[in-house]
Order: sequence, then structure tokens, then C-alpha cells
Amino acid sequence: MLEYKMPSLGADMESGFLREWHVKPGDRIRKGDIIAEVETQKGIIEIEVFEEGIIGELLVNLDEQVPVGRSMATILTEEEAASGKAIPAAGVKAPIPETAAQAVPAEEGAQRAEGPAIPEHAPESHHIRASPLAKRVAAEKGIDIATVHGTGPEGAITRDDVEHAIAAQAAPAKAAREAKEEAPAKPAIPKEKTPTPATIPDTKAEVASPSIPEPAAPIPTAKASASADTIRMAVAAAMGKSNREIPHYYLETKIDMSKALAWLSETNKQRPVKERLLPAALLIKAVAKALNDIPELNATWENGLQRKELINVGYVVALRTGGIMVPTIHETDTKTLDEIMQALNDLIPRARALRLRSSELADSTITVTSLGEAGVEVVYGVIYPPQVALVGFGGITEQPWSENGMLTVRPILTATLAADHRASDGSTGSKFLTAIKNYLQQPDKL
Amino acid sequence: MAGNLITYRECIKQAIREALLADERVFMMGEDVGHYGGAFAVSKNLLQEFGPERIMDTPLSEAGFVGAGIGAALGGMRPIVEIMTVNFSLLALDQIANNAATLLHMSGGQFNVPLVIRMSTGIGRQLAAQHSHSWEPLFAHLPGLRILSAGTHEDARHMLAPALADPDPVIIFEYTSLLNMEKELPEDLTGVDIQKAKVRREGKDISIFTYGTGVYKSLTAAEELAQAGIEVEVVDLRVLRPLDEETIVASVTKTNRAFVVEDASKSVSVSSEVSARIMERCFYELDAPVQRLCGAEVPIPYPKHLEDASVPQPAQIVSAIKTLLQHA
Amino acid sequence: MTSEEIKQTLLQQLKGIAPDTEPEQLQPDDNIRQTLGIDSFDYLQFMVALDEKFGIQTPEEDYGKIQTLRELTEYIEANVKN
Repeated sequence: MLEYKMPSLGADMESGFLREWHVKPGDRIRKGDIIAEVETQKGIIEIEVFEEGIIGELLVNLDEQVPVGRSMATILTEEEAASGKAIPAAGVKAPIPETAAQAVPAEEGAQRAEGPAIPEHAPESHHIRASPLAKRVAAEKGIDIATVHGTGPEGAITRDDVEHAIAAQAAPAKAAREAKEEAPAKPAIPKEKTPTPATIPDTKAEVASPSIPEPAAPIPTAKASASADTIRMAVAAAMGKSNREIPHYYLETKIDMSKALAWLSETNKQRPVKERLLPAALLIKAVAKALNDIPELNATWENGLQRKELINVGYVVALRTGGIMVPTIHETDTKTLDEIMQALNDLIPRARALRLRSSELADSTITVTSLGEAGVEVVYGVIYPPQVALVGFGGITEQPWSENGMLTVRPILTATLAADHRASDGSTGSKFLTAIKNYLQQPDKL
Repeated sequence: MAGNLITYRECIKQAIREALLADERVFMMGEDVGHYGGAFAVSKNLLQEFGPERIMDTPLSEAGFVGAGIGAALGGMRPIVEIMTVNFSLLALDQIANNAATLLHMSGGQFNVPLVIRMSTGIGRQLAAQHSHSWEPLFAHLPGLRILSAGTHEDARHMLAPALADPDPVIIFEYTSLLNMEKELPEDLTGVDIQKAKVRREGKDISIFTYGTGVYKSLTAAEELAQAGIEVEVVDLRVLRPLDEETIVASVTKTNRAFVVEDASKSVSVSSEVSARIMERCFYELDAPVQRLCGAEVPIPYPKHLEDASVPQPAQIVSAIKTLLQHA
Repeated sequence: MTSEEIKQTLLQQLKGIAPDTEPEQLQPDDNIRQTLGIDSFDYLQFMVALDEKFGIQTPEEDYGKIQTLRELTEYIEANVKN
């Protein structure tokens, strides 16, 4: 039996709120499946599983705050699942072989989406998180506290929740109407909760081509519940940690972009709008290739240097409401420019809508920030811990440039490296920046 | 309006002056209280007005002059002993804990010790770790004492008289950081109750229990929370020993949520005690766990920004209460 | 398609790409990218949308000519086939 634990989605994350289970006991899961949605300071994140097996028990209730590292579910092997032991009776689902000792009415399995993920008929009320007052009021009014949806801290049931439940019983028709309007997937719960995940546009299917969110289905105004404030706090925590702990060193170099831009312009001329490339794709690819040559910078610093096998470039996306998100382009060095562009077209709108998956938030091994569009020429970045390097690209501006003793004007890009001096030294960083520069002189080979 | 503004320092001074005028047995002693006018200028000019027998400069010996105060009290006087800061009071702890607090008990009820000790407490003007602590909890631990905390101007002005009238030892904590603060004093107020905590602001959503410098900070926070529609009740505990449980219970029963604020560090503090009493008395009234915001567990730092960061500030109170109530 | 209809379609597309902005506040001669904070990715999405809605393939060298609502509307009117 394996335990699925709350993953860390960045150095700044301490815990997350479980907002939705995508699986139920008995479900077969494969590597890469999304098993739950967890709300963090950076929005609602779909978290993925990296094991195969069958879901045994769900150990966390909806809306519960779960610290990083706490078990959320058990994952069973076929044999364990067949023995039926580890699966709570109420959660057993039809596909489990008949050896499962306790058969269960079929509809119970189907009700999962409606209520808390704990078994519907929890044998003991001590599993229910409710305030003492809520329990007392429920007992006085003869309400079964197990039927009340908690909205308090860590999903606890408060007196208000009990009173809402009482009111809902008193006026079932009205409650049903409200439930329909406000929270399609849940029983009548009080107003103003965070939007249920069901109301957030599903962007999962839009990986292949640049996707334009339909104006008719706007991002929920409440922005999940990650607000500009919580994102600010997440950025503050990560950057504060970085500046406290990481001895940064900085290098910069100017890169003549005339070949790269000419190639880009020529390439785009022959392509439909949809397939056009942006300079960022070239820059990201050049970074990935340079990392292949200088792997010391593709690493994290956690109790010493940990080199990373895969090159996963994180790309900084500025949010218009303030704050940043850094989605990951997995295995960047193996991707073509087109694939990198597709990844960006997929990731950037989802990052802005705060709809990223756990692997897209947590797997980066280096960060690239491109502030050029904002008009600046040079960026000195702050490393995203536990990474050991960050590459900053300024804007491309026409500048006097001397070459072979002649003075001309060229489109110039200033690339900077902020690197962790615990993990590497200036000569390594220098080789790395030079490699980026060289790759950008041969755009057709990227 | 502005004409009625008065500093906290002036409130204390008026209280002392009033006591000296009202009762010939009252006198004050302490380090630099006479010629220098008090380390914090609280007793300025009182020596000139009342003479050296009633405003008495003492040597730098807390154990000596607190012991002398106890002797004077046993002998029928009504001494006010000023200890410059709470940090120095530990030099007199033997006199306070082993004599003042115990003599009534040890004498089988024969000898009362009608002594009042005043001391400056808490952070003030970057006085660093040896002059700035909030050690009310140390004293609130000791049976045989009444521990008062003057978190407002009206208490600074009116606590001394009932403390002197108490036949047993009373310690009044005053707050360095409030000395220059100006407030209006209610004119009709002639005394305060040193048996009871005081509800400083009524509210229905959550109760803040606090004392000392926490009172004005909590009131500021309550004002801001009111803008967000959260009605906070602010209870000034005021009497840290014996705690006024009834006022605490009544407030929690009304609001169903409790939040405790104090400058003292969290471990084994007044807030621990209040929290435990609430759990004992009001568990079934609670709609959320009792939460606390206390001083950091560090010796008080010298730099201003660290000093500020070491004790609760109104913005933190606001944010913690919003978090506590966010789903309600 | 009238120029008002074109403008409404443009605003709708901008809102879709940048939901946290208020394109309806744009003045005819405001620089769209600067005013709404549209980066090159958003802008590419916008160009894709123009392709899909109006059937025009905007060459990169024309980007400089269509920076305001007025310029864009005129550009589309001039380039739309029907």
C-alpha cells in the first residue's frame, strides 16, 4: 500500500485546501492522472499522481487544510484491492471483484460528487470537524451534524452552518433553488463561498493549439480564491527566502539578435498566424540547450547540490493584477521550437487564470524571465528557490555595435544570469551565458 | 475638546498627587523619584510640593527599598513603591513573592500588607532587552497579590486610589510606550473597579481579551474591522490576578469566539491562562478554537523595526481576526 | 459587417484574452497593448482571433499599423474579403 501525500508546489507552500476529489475509492489510477484539486495561494491546482494502482481510502475531507507531506489517500496494488481489506465499506465501488466482503448499494458510489469524501455513513461522529457550539446547537435542534456542510476554518462546521442547515430543512424548496443557483455540485451551503470548481472553465482539452477563452465563459470574477493578495504573499515568501538564503552572483552579456530576428521574421512569413513563433520560444530553447552543455546550473540546492536529470524551464508570467506565476515547460531541451510555442500558448492563459497542474508548478529546474516587453533593457533576477539559477532577458533594442572594427546598429538583447554561488562559480555561469549567446547566433539549429 | 486632552504620564502623576493629598499615611519612594522627578518624569515637582519625607529617593537597591515598603505598610503606612522598570523588579522578587504576598497567610490572617508597587513595563523608546519586557505573567502567577494593568488613561488616573485602599499588596503595571499618548478623560469618572475586567467596546462577532498596551491596539483594530462589518468586543482584562472570569465567560457566551492579545511572549502567559479558563468554562459556547496573538519569544530587540515586530500590532490583529472569521 | 460590429467583436475578443482588463474603456486612439497591458503572447492570441473571426492573416510587418481601435477597425474593413 502506498500513501499519496500532499505535494509541495513550490518552496513557498506550506499547505493547501482540498477542493475536489477526482477519484473515489476503488478507482484505477495511472501515472499522470489528476486525482484532486487543491487550492493554494496560487490558485486551484490540479494535482497529479505518479503511481499506478487502485485508490484505497480518501483520508482528507473536502475543504480541509492539508499540510505538505500529509497523507491524502492510500493507493493499493491489485492484490490489496482484491482482498478488500483496506477499503472502507461505504466507499467500495462496483468494479472491485466480488471477493470484496461488504457489498454496498450501487448509488452510494455514484453519490461521491455530492458530499464530503469521507464515507457517507461515517460510523463515528468524532471524524466530523465541528465547533463545540455547532455540535451543541445541532443536538438541541435534532440535526444530524454529519449532514451539515462545514465552512469554518479547516472546513469545520460552525453554528452558522448548522443554522443554515436548519433553515434549509425548513424551506426545502427555497434551499434547492438556492443550491441550484449558487453551487451546482453541492448541497445548499451559505453564500459567498469560493466558486465551486465546476464553474471554472475547463482548459484541460486545449493543449494542442493556441486557445482563446470564449468571452461567453469568463474566468470567475472571484479568481478562484487565490487573490492578488495571496499571490503577493506567495511571491513574498519565496523571494524573501531566496534573498535571505541564496548568495546570488550576477553576470550579463549583450547578444546581437539580428540573425535570430531575421530568421524568425522569415519563418513567420511562411506560417499562418496560429503557428507563428515569438522570440521567447528561441530564448527558452537556447537556455535549455545551454543547460545541456553546462548541467551544473540545472539543479536545486537542498542540503547540497542536487543535479536534475530533466531540463524543465520555468517561464515567468506576470499577472495583470500583480504577482507572477512560473509554469514549467517540461523537458524543454527535447522540444522543438513549435512545441515550446505550443506549450507557452497552453500554459500562459492557464497561468493567468490560476489553473495550473501540480507538475507545472513544482517541476521547474531553472527559471527564465523576459521583462523586455515592459521596456527595460536589463533584468537582475531573484532565484526561485530551491533552484540555483535564473536567466533574465531584457528588451531587444537597437544599439550601436562594433564588429570587425566597424560600428553599426544592431538589435541587441542583454541576457543576465543570477546564480547561486553555493552551487556554481562565475566561470561556470560565464560559460553558460556564452553558450546561450552562441545558440542564438544559429537560430535555424535551435 | 482638545483642551481636555491629557497624557498618560499626567494621569499617573495626578493619581499620585491625589493620593498624597488624601491620606497622610501615603508616601512614595523609589529610584530617582524625588530630585530627578522620576526616570519617566512621572513625579516631577512632587518633591517640591510634598517634601522629602513623602517623596523619598532611595539607593539603587530594589530588594532594600521594596522590603522597606513592606515594613512601612506593616507599620501602618500606605507606601507607594516605584520600581523603575519591570526588569529591575526581579531584584525585589524575594521581597514581593516571599514577604509581601505571604505575610497575611503566614501570620494566620493577623498582618495585612497594604503596599502598592508601581512599575513601568513593556517596550517604550528602544530601551532594549534589559528595560522592555512584559512580565505581567510572572507576577500574575503569584498567590497573595493583586495584579493590575493600566492599559488606558482612565485606569492610569483612577487605579491608584482603590489599590491603596486594598488592605493587601497590589502591583500596578504602567506602560512606557503610553506615557506621551494623549487622550480625553471622562470627567464624571471618579474611580475604577479593581475587581472587574472592563468591556471597552461592545461587539457580537468575536471577543478580544487583552490588557496593557493591547487595549488601544485592539480598539484600533476593532475600529478597522468594523469597516469590514466585523463587530469586535474588546475586553480589557485589567485585573490579571485574580482574573475576572465572569466577564470573560459573559463575553464568550455572547460572541462565541475568543481572541487573546498580549505583548508578553506566548508561552505560559496571561493569554495561556485566559485560553484555559475559556476552555474550562465555555467549551460548548465556542464556535472556533481560541486564538492568540502574543509577543515573539525573544528578548526584546533594540532596533525600532524589530522592536515593533516583537509585539502584536493592530494590522496583525485585523488580519488574524479576518482569517479566523473568513468563512463565517 | 459594420464598423461598430467590428469594434464590438474586437472588444469581445480582447476581453476573452485578458479577462481582468476593461477593453470597453478604450478610446479609439489609445494604444491597445499599452493601455491594457497586453504582452506578445496575448497579442498573438489576439491575432489568431482576428484570423478566426474575420479570416484575415495579418503579416507581422503590419503589427505596427494596427495599434489602436480606430486603426484596427479600418484595417479589418480594408482587408475583410466580403
